[in-house]
Amino acid sequence: MEFILEGFFQAIHLLITGNAETYSAITATIKVSSCSMGCSLIMGIPLGFCLGYFEFKGKKSIRTIVDTLMALPTVFIGLLVYAFLTHRGPFGDFGLLFTLPGIAIGQAILALPIVIGLSATAVESMDKKLRTTIMSMGANRRQLFLSSLWESRHGILAGAIAAYGRVMTEVGISMMVGGNIKWHTRTITTAIALETNKGQFGMGIALGIVLLTLALFVNISVSFLRRRF
Amino acid sequence: MLQATKKAGSILFVSLFILLFTASACAENKKVLMMATTTSTDNTGLLDYLAPKFKKATGIELRWTATGTGKALKLGENCDVDILMVHAPPAEKKFVEEGYGVDRSEIMYNDFVIIGPAADPTGIKGNDIKDALKILKNKQVTFVSRGDNSGTHKKELSLWKAAELQVPDKEGWYIQTGQGMLTTINISAERNGYTMTDRGTYIKHEDNLEGNPPLKILVEGDKALLNQYSVIAVNPRHCPNVKYGPATEFIKWITNPEAQQLISDFKLLGKPLFTPNAKKSSDH
Repeated sequence: MEFILEGFFQAIHLLITGNAETYSAITATIKVSSCSMGCSLIMGIPLGFCLGYFEFKGKKSIRTIVDTLMALPTVFIGLLVYAFLTHRGPFGDFGLLFTLPGIAIGQAILALPIVIGLSATAVESMDKKLRTTIMSMGANRRQLFLSSLWESRHGILAGAIAAYGRVMTEVGISMMVGGNIKWHTRTITTAIALETNKGQFGMGIALGIVLLTLALFVNISVSFLRRRF
Repeated sequence: MLQATKKAGSILFVSLFILLFTASACAENKKVLMMATTTSTDNTGLLDYLAPKFKKATGIELRWTATGTGKALKLGENCDVDILMVHAPPAEKKFVEEGYGVDRSEIMYNDFVIIGPAADPTGIKGNDIKDALKILKNKQVTFVSRGDNSGTHKKELSLWKAAELQVPDKEGWYIQTGQGMLTTINISAERNGYTMTDRGTYIKHEDNLEGNPPLKILVEGDKALLNQYSVIAVNPRHCPNVKYGPATEFIKWITNPEAQQLISDFKLLGKPLFTPNAKKSSDH
């Protein structure tokens, strides 16, 4: 039992003393999750918005596919990305296997359906009267488009946070594509898996607490932004 | 409708472009040697100890991913790494024969041991490996196997075969973890069972628990339990992209007397984990 308490103190100790290994894992996690979230937001919000905003044939089936992909298991994505990035795979020449960008691609695939799906839901669940109101105020198509996007911002933000949560905490992709290489592709989650494997529970718990602190920090800043806008 | 699909299409195109752009911007280019190795060289901390010394001597940065020997060989075959440090001689020789690897050099050894509860309920202590396995099978006590096609797992399978016993693959008392050596020892300790490990990882486990582990060494010292480690460069003719130069430098470095001395100086609890045994003339 004492290792749980010990882990807690170790977490504080690691953070205060600036332990190089811990900070390397934290930087890797932040780098890779920002990269993947950036990609998935840039692609996902426009796609999700279109999916919710426009009416077209086959919309329902696309929704079903997107919703299914929201449940993609991380180990499966890891396997797929590995198969594409290995030197015998189609994109082997880019040399992305065992690198942070390689992990970021996998995590972007993980986050994309969540961003698309939840953005589409946010746009769809907007008050239908809003559209007529905006139109009656003499808005043109472009203004209508932009104000709809603005009105659905909270729903889209919620989607982004949900996606960020999955990206930060996944271990399958980082382990399979990144290879858990010390100082380079070792993220907080793969480090926890490794420390647990080695039976160093204290260190694992310490890293877990670090991860939670990061998530708390992100959520606090998001709710701050929300209050201002 | 058509407009919408067109729009979606162009958005998709632009975003794919951005993805590729960011991915290539993040990509790094340094003089590094990528190694695939077994869990024992990583778990014990041997590579953490050797890598900075190798960098100091040659300026090359060693990076490694730790998996079982089976997967490490597969990574070499797929050209995803430049060099391997593994411990399954028959599989290694086959790997070289099939043209995937070159310059295989033996570098060090330790031995496998059977560990189990200190009370030793089956009384295998002091038996040779064949009899020990027979007793374990007859008494059907919990035996924890790696089950992951690693060097240790391959060795264990060959020992069952040498004892003329069928591998107890589907038996309830035979647990296959599919995980690394330290994890497997921990699982074995939790289940109060027996397992086979290399001595280096066992000493690391002992060290983690401050010299007082629940499982003790019960069977050791049999000739059949030798555990030989080797390095193999991935064949540049099979994989034109591999860094054969740095791989050769690593092999030269690790087989020279200085690095060999470093290996024998690597100790935990005052015990050496590996014994160097590279052949003196490293003229490849």
